[in-house]
Amino acid sequence: MQDFLSSLVSVAFHGLAYGMILYVISVGLSVTMGLMGFVNLAHGVFAMAGGYIMLSAMNGLGVPFPLALVAAFIAVALASMVLERLLYARLYTAGELEQVLFTIGLIFMSVAVARLVYGTLPQPVHLPDYLKGQLRFLGREFPTYRVFLIVFSISIVGLLWFGVERTRWGAMVRAAVDYRAMAQSVGINTSRLFTLTFALGSGLAALGGALGAEIIAIQPTYPFEHLVFFLIVVAVGGLGSLRGPFVAALLIGVADTACKYWVPEFGAFFIFFATIAVLLWRPEGLFGRAA
Amino acid sequence: MTHAGGYIADSRTRAIEWLPWVLAVLCYFIAPSYLPLGSYVLTMIIFALSLDLILGYGGIITLGHSAYFGTGAYAAGLLAVHLTGEPLLGLLAGTLAAGLLGLITGIIILRTRGLALLMLTLAITSLCFEVANKATTWTGGVDGLGGFTVQPILGLFKFDFFGKTAYLYCLAALFVCWWLVRRLVYSPFGASLTGVRENNVRMHAVGAPVYQRLVISYTISAALAGLAGALLTQTTQFVGLKVLSFELSGELMVMLILGGVGRIYGAFVGPLVYLVAQDYLAKQFPEYWYFGIGMMLVLVVMFARGGILGIIDTGLARLRRKPA
Repeated sequence: MQDFLSSLVSVAFHGLAYGMILYVISVGLSVTMGLMGFVNLAHGVFAMAGGYIMLSAMNGLGVPFPLALVAAFIAVALASMVLERLLYARLYTAGELEQVLFTIGLIFMSVAVARLVYGTLPQPVHLPDYLKGQLRFLGREFPTYRVFLIVFSISIVGLLWFGVERTRWGAMVRAAVDYRAMAQSVGINTSRLFTLTFALGSGLAALGGALGAEIIAIQPTYPFEHLVFFLIVVAVGGLGSLRGPFVAALLIGVADTACKYWVPEFGAFFIFFATIAVLLWRPEGLFGRAA
Repeated sequence: MTHAGGYIADSRTRAIEWLPWVLAVLCYFIAPSYLPLGSYVLTMIIFALSLDLILGYGGIITLGHSAYFGTGAYAAGLLAVHLTGEPLLGLLAGTLAAGLLGLITGIIILRTRGLALLMLTLAITSLCFEVANKATTWTGGVDGLGGFTVQPILGLFKFDFFGKTAYLYCLAALFVCWWLVRRLVYSPFGASLTGVRENNVRMHAVGAPVYQRLVISYTISAALAGLAGALLTQTTQFVGLKVLSFELSGELMVMLILGGVGRIYGAFVGPLVYLVAQDYLAKQFPEYWYFGIGMMLVLVVMFARGGILGIIDTGLARLRRKPA
């Protein structure tokens, strides 16, 4: 019984850490899809780029961890702004198929570049000393870095929610998600809003990829391999909402960790099965509004 | 996407439509050392045709067509391991297994549209992949399924070391599939399918059984994909996990887009160009190859939405307008 309880706590803890990372990466995707109706399969590319930037800054240039995180966020956000203006913006009115193909093309290109620059092996992660080791809490040991991950992600989520629910920018985003034509006609510059929101979402993905580099290894096949999970978070959670993907990410994080711990012989089987069931029950996602 | 394909009043076979077959037979005599590659190209053409039927004509965007290809491949492989190595029975098993899976999944998922549908196709493939990955006693998992022999076709034609029989076998299979898809696309059924692609709401409004049409075409498409998978199993005498992977679905889509969507012969041109180029380039410069593929996709989407055949069509039309 004691053993079971202890494994329960451990699964919940690690699942929570994984889920938070999934959320930080995927929330931008939810907003892009909800706001612009753009099927962006290349979202994982931004997360991978964030991971690579942070790791090469730390391993190659000796930049301290917090600064490397900031650098990853800013670099990817700026780069995605350029990408959005030059390429994405041309395809907002195009069909789903074009968007799917275009973003698959981006994945292929980024995988090739990553392989060319960094090789095929996963990048090593060297955490700073103050994040190594274990924290004692209620008579149990927890890895410090995971605790940091959870706390840090929660504060990002808190900021994001405040931004979307309480600020003028957030009100504009919500208005554009609800009714784009109406938002435009009351004078909101939706195309600038799109660019900024896209950059923020990509930056968050980069942050998530960098933070989670220790959990989800940074390697060239990253955008392909984890795409399914990012998409599941968004589709199950519901497009354009912040709360839906949060619940979905935590559910998936905990469920995936639990499956790997207790029934490794089934792999991710139950996750996919549950995804299919949820999408059939509510095609618009758990918290999505019917289209 | 600009589609050239769809219902045409005069569906008799035009002379140029015999060109691929003449070329394929010529290849058999001219390039005997490339026959294994040729068999693979022919197999992928069947697979691309099956995708064209639902994507190009039905307008169903799927990221998971490899689920049916893989099901067919494993069905044929398992049959050969446990029961009989008779190739035609293997093809039948692959076709039926994939068709059945297509029917069941089609009935379930085709009620949804848009992102949900896209996700469901992806989730189903991932589910199948995970099953094959973990059911190692049956499928061999990552090691793959091998160690079976395929008997001579009809007890007469043995699969030889140079792949001559395999090539002609694939060619015959492709001919049957081509004939079937062509008949289907140019029939009233094909016309109503094109109608669904072009304007779903209006098809509902005129009382067309949209859902039923989609399920039927999805099932046929899955069955053809399964046949292609079974062919791959028999010609290579091996089944690897890759046949069920999302990457294969992606690659297939790239081939079809390259050739041209919604026009039967796009499914011929795309795999041919892609796989021959891959054979030359991918082994020497794998990184550049993937970069080039990605670049090409982006360019096709931005500038040449009809693929190679689309470009040729536009060129021909321009020539006709201004006779030199």
